[in-house]
Amino acid sequence: MKKSNLDFEYGYGFSMPENNIFKTKKGISESVIRQISKIKNEPLWMKNFRLKALKEFFKKPMPVWGADLSEIDFKDIFYYIKPNKSVKSSWEDLPKEIKETYDRIGVPEAEKNFLAGVSAQYESEVVYKSIQKELTGQGVIFCDMDTAVKKYPDLVRKYFSTVVSLYDNKFASLNSSVWSGGSFVYIPKNVKVSLPLQAYFRINAKNFGQFERTLIIAEENSFCHYIEGCTAPIYTTSSLHAAVVEIILKKGSRVRYTTVQNWSKNVYNLVTKRAKVLDNAVMEWVDCNIGSKVTMKYPSCYLAGEGARGEVLSIAYSGSSQHQDAGAKMIHLAANTTSRIVSKSVSKDGGRTSYRGLVQISPGAKNSKAYVSCDALIIDEKSRSDTYPDMRIKERETDVQHEATVEKLGEEKLFYLASRGIARVEAEGLLVNGFIEPITKEIPLEYTIELNRLINLEMAGSVG
Amino acid sequence: MISLKKVTILVNNKTILKDFNYEFDENKVYALMGPNGSGKSTLAYTIAGHPSYVVKNGEIKFRHRSINNLTADKRAKKGIFLSFQSPLSLNGISVFQLLRLALSGKEEPLAIKRKIDRIAKQLKIKRELLSRPLNEGASGGEKKKLELLQAAVLNPKFLIFDEIDTGVDIDALKTISKFLDRFKNKRTMILITHYNRILKHIKPDKVLVIKNGQLVKEGDFTLPQRIEKNGYEKI
Repeated sequence: MKKSNLDFEYGYGFSMPENNIFKTKKGISESVIRQISKIKNEPLWMKNFRLKALKEFFKKPMPVWGADLSEIDFKDIFYYIKPNKSVKSSWEDLPKEIKETYDRIGVPEAEKNFLAGVSAQYESEVVYKSIQKELTGQGVIFCDMDTAVKKYPDLVRKYFSTVVSLYDNKFASLNSSVWSGGSFVYIPKNVKVSLPLQAYFRINAKNFGQFERTLIIAEENSFCHYIEGCTAPIYTTSSLHAAVVEIILKKGSRVRYTTVQNWSKNVYNLVTKRAKVLDNAVMEWVDCNIGSKVTMKYPSCYLAGEGARGEVLSIAYSGSSQHQDAGAKMIHLAANTTSRIVSKSVSKDGGRTSYRGLVQISPGAKNSKAYVSCDALIIDEKSRSDTYPDMRIKERETDVQHEATVEKLGEEKLFYLASRGIARVEAEGLLVNGFIEPITKEIPLEYTIELNRLINLEMAGSVG
Repeated sequence: MISLKKVTILVNNKTILKDFNYEFDENKVYALMGPNGSGKSTLAYTIAGHPSYVVKNGEIKFRHRSINNLTADKRAKKGIFLSFQSPLSLNGISVFQLLRLALSGKEEPLAIKRKIDRIAKQLKIKRELLSRPLNEGASGGEKKKLELLQAAVLNPKFLIFDEIDTGVDIDALKTISKFLDRFKNKRTMILITHYNRILKHIKPDKVLVIKNGQLVKEGDFTLPQRIEKNGYEKI
């Protein structure tokens, strides 16, 4: 830790030369969309879907609530970059600079040690994919979304855009029109995938927009844990990441979706994530936002089946010039549904965190229970934290609880640690890691270590 | 070992210690007594280096070197330890995590863990308390034992125990005293206390009484008995 404290900037800020094989010209237009659809050799329905979404994107105004998005210039972005010819299933087959990128991030190493499957997206396309053989034997599908459109057209047509419509919000419309890459996961009935499936997203090019689209279908009584990580080089100009994630949980299934978002501080991260949760199914979002310039993300659960359960555990860390506007949405649509939102945010060096959440208990969602707890830790006077909780309770027989705390890093705790020989910077890191511990303990150990390390680096970097 | 020369301490611009002089010798046990608000804890915080305790005048030396300008963590690294009167609980941080960070680069995590387990056993600290966040849900006695545990793992040369005997039941006091009596070997200790009972287990070499921020009396182990009988007024 000592060493990295000294040279800390952002560990994944390196960039590789651009050796892509195709790139649309800058900006977004109907001809760009047609080009993307053509190069993907898509069925007509998907092309039409894209074109419809594009119209909607042009029509919709920029959101005026939430973080400041006024600096996004949609004309100054490349919307599609194809980095190489096809998806590989061996790291060795990848172009040198792409392989090196993932080596430096440590993905192949992680795959060897604790993953059931890996998908790696570089710019617009998934370049690497693997899945354990026995899972394929059990009928599990884990592939990139583009492949799924061609290989599993019935499944995709049945579920695609059924949870997040192309009309949902401006960035969902944008994603629907230019989407590329992302994962398609199908877990058959009664199959439990014990090791995590991991997707890794990397932006390399400048002024680039990444728009992956992920669809997870968990059949009855199935289970899977999907993890995504993301990084990008540091550029002075902004990049845009606008993903859409849709999850369908059938009766009695359970899906855990963990995100460790560590984009460089020039990325706008505007993501729509939503799960439809049917009878007695359990959806868990574990959402950690450390990087990016601006994040607006509110993973949602539509608790549509009786006894469904939704959970969001959210960590946000904002340093200098960052704004994390994160939270969760729980929509109770059926009886006996339960939800829990636990949010922990840390702001430092003028950073800003906002918790924005919605709990809605619809008429008929009798005996529903909702619990919201959001804690903010503000490290110094320059930093800011806001809470925007929204509760819409339309049913009488419910139990809704909300707790919120704001605390400052206590001098007395710092002195206590100092009296044990722990220097201030390290003590701050320890206290912050302690503050978010209720959430990090839910994350696989490998990621906890990474997350704690990231936070220690962030804490140290800003001082040294 | 530690000397204070004409030390005046301000807290929020109020003088708490005034022209305080004393030299604590190596390998001795001191009892520090005095009425509430007399400046006992101030002296402890001052030596440990609390940033709110401003040294207005005078010099504090540790092994003949001034430590006036050293922050608390650097003083701790030199071998000064403070056991707190009311230790705070630390969210999400176990005693192991704390000590691992405190000793990083000095001792291997595994060795630290073994040490913690061994000492916790001697102090009769329940196992589940070790994995929990420090001091969370711990009783008065357990908190004091956890302070002592940290002291023993960090292995300092100069220790101040601020009321380690307060809020502690008889059994815990016995365990703590027994441990301290062995632990005092080759160390300098200051026991801040209101009661004579702990001093029956650990015989102090010297007993100091402070009042209104000044040293008013110095005596041997018989002094606390007289205080207990007659109060501070008659001293």
